[in-house]
Amino acid sequence: MPKKTCYHCGADCNSGTVMFDDKPFCCNGCKTVYEILNQNELTCYYDLDQAPGSIPDEIKGKYDYLDNEDISSKLIEFNDGSTSVVNFYIPNIHCSSCIWVLENLDRLNKGIRATLVNFPKKEIRITFKNDETSLKDIVELMTSIGYEPFISLEDSEGKKAKIDRKLIYQVALAGFSFGNIMMLSFPEYFEVEGFWLDQFKPFFRFLMFGLAIPVVVYSARDYLISAYKGLKHGILNIDVPISLGILVLFFRSTYEIISQTGSGYFDSLTGLIFFLLLGKMFQQRTYNFLSFERDYKSYFPIAITKINKDNSHISIPVHEIEKGDRLLIRNEEIIPVDGIMINGNALLDYSFVTGESMPVIKKSGDKIFAGGKQTDGAIEMEVLQSVAQSYLTQLWSNDIFSKSDTKNIKNITDSISKYFTIIILFIALSAGIYWFFIDKTIAFQVVSAVLIIACPCALALSAPFAFGNILRIFGKNKFYLKNTDVIESISKINTLVFDKTGTITTNKSSNISYKGEPLNTSEIESLKSVLRSSNHPLSRMLYEYLPNSELKEITNYKEILGKGIQGRVNNIDIQLGSASYVGFDTQKLLNTIIYIKINNKIKGKYIFNNEYRKGLKSSFQLFSKNYDLAILSGDNAGEKDNLEHILPVNSQLLFNQKPEDKLRYIKSLQDQNKNVMMLGDGLNDAGALAQSNVGIAISENINVFSPACDGILDAKEFENLPNFINLSKKTMNIIKISFGISFLYNIIGMYFAVTGSLSPIIAAILMPFSSISVVVFVTISTNFISKKILH
Amino acid sequence: MNIIFLTIIISLIIGVFFLFLFLHLVKTGQYDDVYSPSVRMLFDDELVKEKTENINDNKTINN
Repeated sequence: MPKKTCYHCGADCNSGTVMFDDKPFCCNGCKTVYEILNQNELTCYYDLDQAPGSIPDEIKGKYDYLDNEDISSKLIEFNDGSTSVVNFYIPNIHCSSCIWVLENLDRLNKGIRATLVNFPKKEIRITFKNDETSLKDIVELMTSIGYEPFISLEDSEGKKAKIDRKLIYQVALAGFSFGNIMMLSFPEYFEVEGFWLDQFKPFFRFLMFGLAIPVVVYSARDYLISAYKGLKHGILNIDVPISLGILVLFFRSTYEIISQTGSGYFDSLTGLIFFLLLGKMFQQRTYNFLSFERDYKSYFPIAITKINKDNSHISIPVHEIEKGDRLLIRNEEIIPVDGIMINGNALLDYSFVTGESMPVIKKSGDKIFAGGKQTDGAIEMEVLQSVAQSYLTQLWSNDIFSKSDTKNIKNITDSISKYFTIIILFIALSAGIYWFFIDKTIAFQVVSAVLIIACPCALALSAPFAFGNILRIFGKNKFYLKNTDVIESISKINTLVFDKTGTITTNKSSNISYKGEPLNTSEIESLKSVLRSSNHPLSRMLYEYLPNSELKEITNYKEILGKGIQGRVNNIDIQLGSASYVGFDTQKLLNTIIYIKINNKIKGKYIFNNEYRKGLKSSFQLFSKNYDLAILSGDNAGEKDNLEHILPVNSQLLFNQKPEDKLRYIKSLQDQNKNVMMLGDGLNDAGALAQSNVGIAISENINVFSPACDGILDAKEFENLPNFINLSKKTMNIIKISFGISFLYNIIGMYFAVTGSLSPIIAAILMPFSSISVVVFVTISTNFISKKILH
Repeated sequence: MNIIFLTIIISLIIGVFFLFLFLHLVKTGQYDDVYSPSVRMLFDDELVKEKTENINDNKTINN
């Protein structure tokens, strides 16, 4: 029988298939969505793509806080009393039919006037009438059709970074002037003699001068400012020789035009600036849909339900939670503060914090920490700490998070430019002195020509284009870097530190093994029958693990929360659960274990081991040749033996590490002058990621969440990590070769300059040619080596 | 040949006009999302087609 898949979301229809309109649906939610869409004549949603929706979550009451005006006003961008505009981030946007459904929201809710989707950013902008609908209605509607907006604490703090389009303006202006000046200088290039041309010469030159002024003043200002700042701090960065070249070009050309001695180099000047800016633009490629700056704020909820003394519920912003408050945490909600469980069944998923996928059970009276996601109905809790003082969020008060982003690393271009600038100045000076004694009139020309031709355009372009291209190649292979500087940092690392859970282990499947007296077939069948009734994640995993068999009827089924389950099948009593539940001596528990007791006799136990990522061992073997390795785990030492088998000797293994411990460990490595790359996945690694030279977050689903970092690596590409590091190193070699080539061009140019024969046409040919050839070289060679390494 | 003054100035003015037009379009955010409009354009057609089909369906039901 072919497997039925849901007509709406594409999930397998196992039990409880809902048939509607002759089509199968996996759940009532999907059927409802189909109904809504059908009623509103949006059935074409299904023609566009096969099974495009995804399953909606339980949403009842979840968005009540949006009725609180304090909170909603923080989310709404614009409100004139009758019309409001709001912007939402919707992680679920993934295909073209998403755009279509979302842009037809106005047909599902009459109060919505217009919706506009920004697909690359996964954002939607909604304009609605205040008196016809409310923010809550809109959010609930979107959630019910499978597009749940992501609303976090961060949104309430407003102040979205304004898009900086300055670079585009600068490039546009430089490109415009460059083209026009080129055209105007053509007659002079060919030295066409004749009365009529001489007549226009001053006019042409004046126009070129006029076109060049805005380029120098506006487009090139960042180079001039950066050079000025560098000089002020005594640093000769690459912008110093560039600015020197730009200024000399401009003033010499101006002088030539005013004194009517020549046509100037305005074409080279604007071309130089145009190419430099293009390189900058290429380097600034960013991933719109990813965020590298996330902290707990973008993960925590914006508001929470508080239970008043008279048992009424109100929504309050998370910041206003005080010690002693009683909170209601609904299913799928995140606990924002540390507290004590009062009642309910807490089954907390801390995977965003620790990477551990197995939910933790808490009983009333237990202490619960912020960051867990409740997965089993509603619970009540009493607050012990406010948000800022909770165990997890305290990490962010560490200095490392308040430091500005620039880690003050000198990049390769800047470190070379120091020597470059000194040599150039030396050559200019000696050529000037030499010509001063030969021919005083030429001396000034030669000095300025040296400074012009030495302008390191090709040099300044090679790194941006090489890095920009590698960034793009990494992105194609699902390794997303924050910016191009990270590539250089990667090439310098010599120590690798891994988090354990979620980073080198997958949180998808666990490796289950059985220890004890062997079970016979009928016992396994009975076991499976009992497990079927339990919803606990461990039960479900064990249920999937056991071989398929006929399920029998059970009697006396009982589930004791946080302990285990029992039942009677075919006159066999079965109990399974924790050690204390089956009456076993509680040893120090290192692994997750389910004990089996049949007819009051302990038969054995199922041990849940961590499943390590594919290719982990081979990657570690490769790394051990060149790098120091360490593993930091927040867990107990249960996996120590397993890890020691996988890890090369000499690697460090540290267990029971708190978030602050991880940070401190990285710092201590750096104090030994080591360049550390940290790989982690959860919020508890955030400190270590920020402290390390390169912090990489491993993510099963890049759209969901990852802590602040320098790069995000898709977990499926973990095997490729040695290749990525290797490629970064090779890229540095390519850049060094390209530096050699651009020096060669400088030497050729220098010959013309020193001999005093640098005509505008030679400058106009040599400068763009050197830049373009270097760009072509780095692009082709980076493509070539990345194909070879990443195949 | 003095006409060359005029033609060059006019060509520059036209160039400057388009430069400012471009800068204005960038500023108003028209180039921020270059993907979604390409998809949106296709949907407009789809919608019209769908509507007419549904009207036909309704008619047959009514009959």
